[in-house]
Amino acid sequence: MRFTLAFATLRRHPVRTLLAILGIAVAAALLLDMVMLSTGMRTSFRALLLTRGYQLRVAPKGTLPFDSEATIDGATAIVAALRASPQISAVSPTLGTTLSLPESAIPSAFVLGLEPDVQGDYTLEAGTDLAPVDGDVVSAVVSRTFLERSGHALGDTILAAAGLDAQLRSAARERKVVLTGMGRFFYVPNETPVMALALPTVRSMLGPGFRDRMSLAMAEVRQGDSASVEAARAWIAETQPRVTAISTETAIRQVEERLSYFRQLAFVLGAISLGIGFLLVTTLVTLSVNERRGEIAVLRAIGTQRGGVLQQVLLEGLMLSGAGIVGGLGLGLITARWLNAILSDFPGLPASFDFFVWSPEAAWQSLALLLVSGTLAGLLPAWRAASLPIARALREEAIG
Amino acid sequence: MDNTIGDPAVILCDQVVRSYPMGDAVVHAVRGIDLTIARGEFAAITGPSGCGKSTLLHLLGAVDVPSTGRVLINGCDIATLSDREATNFRLRQIGFVFQRFYLMPTLSAAENVELPLAEAGVDKKIRRARAQELLGYVGLGDRRGHRPTQLSGGEQQRVAIARALANEPALLLADEPTGELDADTGASLLALFGQLHRDGATLVFVTHDSVVAQAAHRVIRLRDGRVASDTLNAPSGA
Repeated sequence: MRFTLAFATLRRHPVRTLLAILGIAVAAALLLDMVMLSTGMRTSFRALLLTRGYQLRVAPKGTLPFDSEATIDGATAIVAALRASPQISAVSPTLGTTLSLPESAIPSAFVLGLEPDVQGDYTLEAGTDLAPVDGDVVSAVVSRTFLERSGHALGDTILAAAGLDAQLRSAARERKVVLTGMGRFFYVPNETPVMALALPTVRSMLGPGFRDRMSLAMAEVRQGDSASVEAARAWIAETQPRVTAISTETAIRQVEERLSYFRQLAFVLGAISLGIGFLLVTTLVTLSVNERRGEIAVLRAIGTQRGGVLQQVLLEGLMLSGAGIVGGLGLGLITARWLNAILSDFPGLPASFDFFVWSPEAAWQSLALLLVSGTLAGLLPAWRAASLPIARALREEAIG
Repeated sequence: MDNTIGDPAVILCDQVVRSYPMGDAVVHAVRGIDLTIARGEFAAITGPSGCGKSTLLHLLGAVDVPSTGRVLINGCDIATLSDREATNFRLRQIGFVFQRFYLMPTLSAAENVELPLAEAGVDKKIRRARAQELLGYVGLGDRRGHRPTQLSGGEQQRVAIARALANEPALLLADEPTGELDADTGASLLALFGQLHRDGATLVFVTHDSVVAQAAHRVIRLRDGRVASDTLNAPSGA
């Protein structure tokens, strides 16, 4: 009966109730989005780093991966040492550089020299993967952006050059490259045209100085637990003085430090949306209680206990919050997708990085928080309604 | 709860005073009323506006307590009851009818009648049957699904009476029950009160209209918070 009465009371002013539910839905959506934002970047970055299961990044001493143009000399020996370690199951060396494209619509592309069988930088979306070097022509996997901006298609053969002298218009080394595949590159910004070539090809194009160099190596630790990863990282730090090994956890911590203002912003906006939801429910339920002083006094007069009135008004607040939360869930997911699409277009961000990541646990926690907030918001007006002096309210109603 | 002192009267007021603050002033609404109403009586409390009629009715209905003096309903001193006990007492012993009906506008006639039964924890099926029976008694058996806005004033007041009777109270109290009704509808409502009285109910209603008061068997006239006269009456029309 109390549920019927609460529902009927809300239906009494449908427009007002609908507007309140919409308001709560907006607050719930904002809260959900902020929770998704604050936890999403971490989740997304972790997923990004672990895309291919490599938990360790080995970079030149004192640098972060691809944070500078520094490379590691003696790469072959380092990779061999890592591969020989029983703790490590796979190692993927990478040499990054920029090559000129003399006959293309784009002057240059970011190039990754990789070992195809262990590479962890892209996933093939179309065509065929890198093939072993065969004669003068080598195969390449390129990004969608590369194809769109260069105007080339899979199967085209293009010219890639290193050491191009812009004034003399001559290159130190050139190779014909056939575009055999299109891939999605995990760590390269969306807007950057990127091309993957076999590591020996890139080394030979960059010249003798790069014959034994790499920019980075990724290592997969056999036992994936954090203690084993840390042990492997410590072993590399001890045995390889020319490199810095960074675990996924460390990388995440560093990124979190850099993006901490995002989390703070999300926290503040989330708290504001919670406050808005609270105030909306309090205002509407207070308004409703004030309008129904006579009715509530009559309910008390005919035998409804204070607890019954309290329950009744709390139920109204809870129903408002509940309806708003259901609406907010849908609205939040839609706006998260929309905002994610906008933010993902920011220059310099890896293509696979998401700002908003759906996490059921975080979502339910935030929505439960809003539900608790809605319940608490109804508490004050509910208490006022339950404490209404019956005789005085009836007297005032009779006069009014 | 054992607040009974074994008085056979349904209502016994002993030197009842009720004052309450209003702004900076103190209103002395009831100034020492002695009154006894026996089981089965049909009484009207009348008097000019501000003479303390409604305040006295609130005291008789246990929604208010006297500043001094005692109000005993069925032998129970209402001032000794906790809020929970007083609410439970009202639920089971008192039926209220208000001038403005105060039906829950979002509930049907039957649901309105069911409200006190639901509060008393009566099973849903029994509630429905009882609501139907009471609506039939007040002449609205075919209007059970109608909402208050779909009923006339007289019909709404009949639903309010059915609601007041739901838990078979010892005492039925009505505050200006015909105040919002036209003369004919008011008369038919007083006739219903007469029927209730004949069926054994103890009825007390408040009215400022001395003509309406003539429907009761006993007319208690108040003036300045005191009983000015208390006369037996040959009821008209009821």
